[in-house]
Parts: sequence; structure tokens; C-alpha cells
Amino acid sequence: MPDTAISVKPLIEVKDLAKDFDVSRPWLNRVLEGAPRTLLKAVDGVSFSIKRGETLSLVGESGCGKSTVARLICGLYGPTRGSVIFDGVDLATIDTRNRMLEMRRRFQMIFQDPYASLNPRWRVGRIIAEPIRSHDLLSDEGAIRKRVGELLTQVGLSPLDADKFPHEFSGGQRQRISIARALSSNPEFLICDEPTSALDVSVQAQILNLMKDLQREHGLTYLFISHNLAVVDHISTRVGVMYLGRIVEIADTKTLFARPLHPYTRMLQSAIPDIQMSGKARTPVAGEVPNPLDPPPGCAFNPRCPHANERCRAERPELLPYGDALVACHGIQEGRIPA
Amino acid sequence: MDKYGTVGVASAQAPVPGRWRDFFDGDVFYSFKHSPAVMIAAAITFLCIFAALLAPWVAPHNPFDLKTLNLLDAFTPPSWTAKGNPTYLLGTDDQGRDVLSTIIFGSRMSLLVGLLATLLAMAIGVSLGLVAGYAGGKIDAFIMRVADIQLSFPAILIALLVDGLARVALPREMHDQVALYVLVLAIAASGWVRYARTVRGSTLVERNKEYVQAARVIGRHPLAIMFTHVLPNALGPVLVLVTLHIGEAIITEATLSFLGVGVPPTQPSLGTLIRIGNDFLFSGEWWILVFPGGALVLLVLSINVLGDWLRDALNPKLR
Repeated sequence: MPDTAISVKPLIEVKDLAKDFDVSRPWLNRVLEGAPRTLLKAVDGVSFSIKRGETLSLVGESGCGKSTVARLICGLYGPTRGSVIFDGVDLATIDTRNRMLEMRRRFQMIFQDPYASLNPRWRVGRIIAEPIRSHDLLSDEGAIRKRVGELLTQVGLSPLDADKFPHEFSGGQRQRISIARALSSNPEFLICDEPTSALDVSVQAQILNLMKDLQREHGLTYLFISHNLAVVDHISTRVGVMYLGRIVEIADTKTLFARPLHPYTRMLQSAIPDIQMSGKARTPVAGEVPNPLDPPPGCAFNPRCPHANERCRAERPELLPYGDALVACHGIQEGRIPA
Repeated sequence: MDKYGTVGVASAQAPVPGRWRDFFDGDVFYSFKHSPAVMIAAAITFLCIFAALLAPWVAPHNPFDLKTLNLLDAFTPPSWTAKGNPTYLLGTDDQGRDVLSTIIFGSRMSLLVGLLATLLAMAIGVSLGLVAGYAGGKIDAFIMRVADIQLSFPAILIALLVDGLARVALPREMHDQVALYVLVLAIAASGWVRYARTVRGSTLVERNKEYVQAARVIGRHPLAIMFTHVLPNALGPVLVLVTLHIGEAIITEATLSFLGVGVPPTQPSLGTLIRIGNDFLFSGEWWILVFPGGALVLLVLSINVLGDWLRDALNPKLR
């Protein structure tokens, strides 16, 4: 389906991406007990594209596959199906290590746990310089040191911090080091896997603002994974809501927060704490995410959905345009649920 | 650039004295100062290593210099007994060699074999464990099954097998030359499994940490990730294993030499000395056996006490 309306070519395009994890019992057990292979569909046909300079957020409850999407895009997992197209190049078609390395320079990842994402035995300077050395961006040690100093200054630390070990820093400072490492190869695209969820609320805002500033200065494109809608509202241009390995709604941030369509999005949104105590009626977050090993037939959300009918229980809804948004819901498309 | 350069030099040197101070102020040194047994063990171990290193200068006689040997001095009892000769503190053996000197030279051979075998076992075990843990899947299954099979054979049996194969494969003259290396290989072949298992375990934990994933996203080569990221973080428990293994390797070497398949008789180790002494025990020349045996027990005991202490001192749960 060629989309002629978009004149700017997207920087990154994800088409029908899927990842199954084999969680079968060991081979011997399967043979003895006659049990079949069990596959966990962590991501099941996710498509989206991100334009240069944009921030797309993926939100959802734990286990909905949002981190798996991040890992698929940056190549930590190989996809079961689908493709990731970066700047017009399908990453699966890259065959030589050198060409892949050149691609890897252009996208980097920021991880969730700042206590686990830095090698405890390396000095900060060496950690930040790892992408520079790995991609041979600078060869002179003095120049590398200077560059590390600049990066540390950019993320609000001191060039002298390069000689310290990660355990000498707080969580927020460590996340700044992570960001400096991610920036050191001059990437265009950053995948941020819940970069603030392990931090104190006061520090979260600092890190988010830093990320926004850096985006403006370097023209970065972000894929932002989070379960925190308030954080997502603050940072993103567009938001995709994931449920059980699929995107159920994707829209501009303003549209999504002003007029959520999918019943799941509405449920999530009404769960955001409201400081004014406006007293508006909440839809409580009811039920639990179904077992991904045995997802319900039809719409995966139907056991928790107040509007579910026979069609929802039988036929899986596709992601279709509705107004400015794309939404996967029979109720919305049929007009059963008031928009 | 110059500014950064000088900053780097100044602060790169600073941590070194700091680290030493940390070590002497730290828990490990504290527990060392407060356990006399460990201090005695350390003293004995270092005395043995020192004597072994400087054997030609420390030993009162050179037991392998045939010109200085006198068969008339054979079977001289220790110097404090009635028939003793003050020149030979611990007496002499059947060929008139000074027992103290043979012990010093013998422990040199024992320590050398013990250390080399331990280092070789460590190198093999750590590499295989690292690869098994990091690669996972079939490679992991293959390496660990080999390790399991290896573990079901007693160490001595494997050592005898390797030695036997070497004897068949090599001509006799060559065998004496390479006997030392065959012995080291034999002991290492039976000892690598513990390193492989320990390192594989830590590698499994480390490889899923985000810093390893970050290195993968950066595009580092898997071998570079294994050796620069995973290995330094998986190496802690190996230090303790090494200490305990040295004692065991020395005992294995002594056993093999006692059985006559160890180092050639021209370069005796403590095990060879014990075998020689064993022939004279019942004819009353007890010192030829007892002193090398005592030296072996003392050396291995000290190393084991040190290893045990190190294991406890480095385990944060036991502090």
C-alpha cells in the first residue's frame, strides 16, 4: 500500500515484524510425553515507521512485547518474520560484517537498568569510547580523550569523570553515561528501552529533558519504549499502544491523549493519576493480560473489554485508519463504541 | 588536547597507591591479620616458593652434582642423632645425597609441575567455559557433555592414560625430555572441568546483563566481548579455584611420581623422593622417607589453608 501522502522518506520502517520464542520442554521430555513444541509469540506482526527527527513511543503493560521490538530492531534478536528497513536498507539483506558495522554506527541503544548497562570493571572513559574505537572513528588517543570529555560535558557531567568507575555514580548519572556512550558514534537513531523507569521521579525529568535537548541539537530520531504514559506524553511525537505482541492503536501524541479510541488505550489513560482530583469517572484497569502462550481467539483484548461481542471473540481486528489514528478495534470501526 | 593529556596521566597514576591502601584497609587483609593459621600457612608457602626459586643458592649441597657425592656418606642419619654428621642436617639417602637439599630441589620440581598444570588447566577450562556459556546451544551442550564424561574418570586414571599414550607414541630418549610436559598435560587434562563449569556459570549470568548487550549493539566481535567484557567479570571465583588446585596438582604429581610414571629419576620431585625413601623405611632408614613426606604434607596443607581462607575472605556472605 504505497503511501503517497508522506513526502519525507521514513528513517526507519518496520514491516510485519514478529518474534516467536521457543519455550518448549527439552527434547527428551517432548518425545517421552508426546508434548508438541510451544511457541511464545512475543511480537506478532508489528508495523510502523518513524520519520527523521520524530519520537515514536511504544507503550503497554509488562510482557506486551515492547522491549522485544526494541531488541529486534537493534539486532539483539533475529526476527521470526518481517523486516526492519533503516534508511531504505533492509537490515536482513546486509551480509558482510563490515557493512553491518557501518549500519550499527548509525543506531544505538539506551538500556533500562543503569546499574547493569555499564561494565563495572571499566572506567567511564573506556566505556564511552567503546563505540568510537569499535568503529575506528578516531585513532589518536588524545583525540578520543577529548571527544569523551566533550560527550561527558554534553550530558552534564565533567570530563574528569572519565577516570572514575561506574559504581562511583548515582543511577541518574549512570544513565547520562549510557547516553554519552550511545551518542559517541554520532548515531541518527536511538532506541531507548525504558531509559527512565529505573530512576527516581525527580531524576526522570532531568534525563527526559536532556534527551529532548540532545534530540534538538543533533536531529536525533528516537524509538522510546515505556510503560509510563506521563513520560510518553512528555517526550513523544507519536505513540503506539501495544497489547500482547500487537499494536492496537497508533496516533499523534496529542490526538491519542485527547481522544483515545481503543478501549485498552482508554483504560490505560484513565489509570494515570490525576493531581487535580477532578473526580472524573475512571474505568478501573480490570483483569489481567492473558497468557501469551494461549492467547484468546479474535481480539486479544476481548476478555477484558466491556464492549466485546461475538465478532470480537472470533475475528482478529486489523490496524485500520480511523480519523487521524490507526486503530485495531471492531467496535470503533463499526461505530459501536462512541469515539 | 594537552590539558586532557596531563589530566589523564595525573589521575591514571593516582589510583595505584589508593588501591594498595584499599587492600590493606580492606576486609581481606583484616581477616588475614586476625587468623594466625593463615599467616603461618602463608609464611610456609612463601618460604617454599622462595627456597624452590633459589634452590641452587639456598641448598647446602647440590645433590645432582655427582662429583660431590660420596657413597661413604650414604645412609647418614639426621645430624641430631648419635651417628649424625653436622654437614647433613636431615641425613643422606642411599647414594649419599643430602636429604634437605633433595627436598629443596624436589619441591622445586613439585611446585613447577603443580603451577604449570594448574595454569594450563585454567587456560583450557576458562576458555572452554567462556565459549560454552557465551555461545550456548549445541556448542555449550557438547563442551559440557565432554566435561561430564571427563568428570566420571578419576584424575589419576586420566593422568596414567595420557602418560601411557605418550610412552607408546614417543621413543624412550625423547620421553625423558618431554616427561615434564607430559606430566603437566596429564594433570591439566584431569583438572580443567572445574574451571569450565565455574566460568560457564558466571558467563551465563554476565552475558544477559545489559552491558554485554550494549557491546553487541555497538557491533563488537563476539570474541572481543567474551574476553574484554565477560571474562574480567567472571574471573573472581577462578582465583580461589586456582589456589586450591595447586595443592591438588602437587599431590597428583607426587602420586604419579610415586607410581614411577612421573618426572624422570634424574630430576626427582617430592613424589620421587618418597618412592625412593619407601624402599628403606623398613630397614630403619626412616629419614629418607619421612622428611620429603613431611615437606609435601606441609606444603600442600599450607596452600590449601590459604585457598580456603581466600574463598571465605572473598565471599561477601561469610564476612
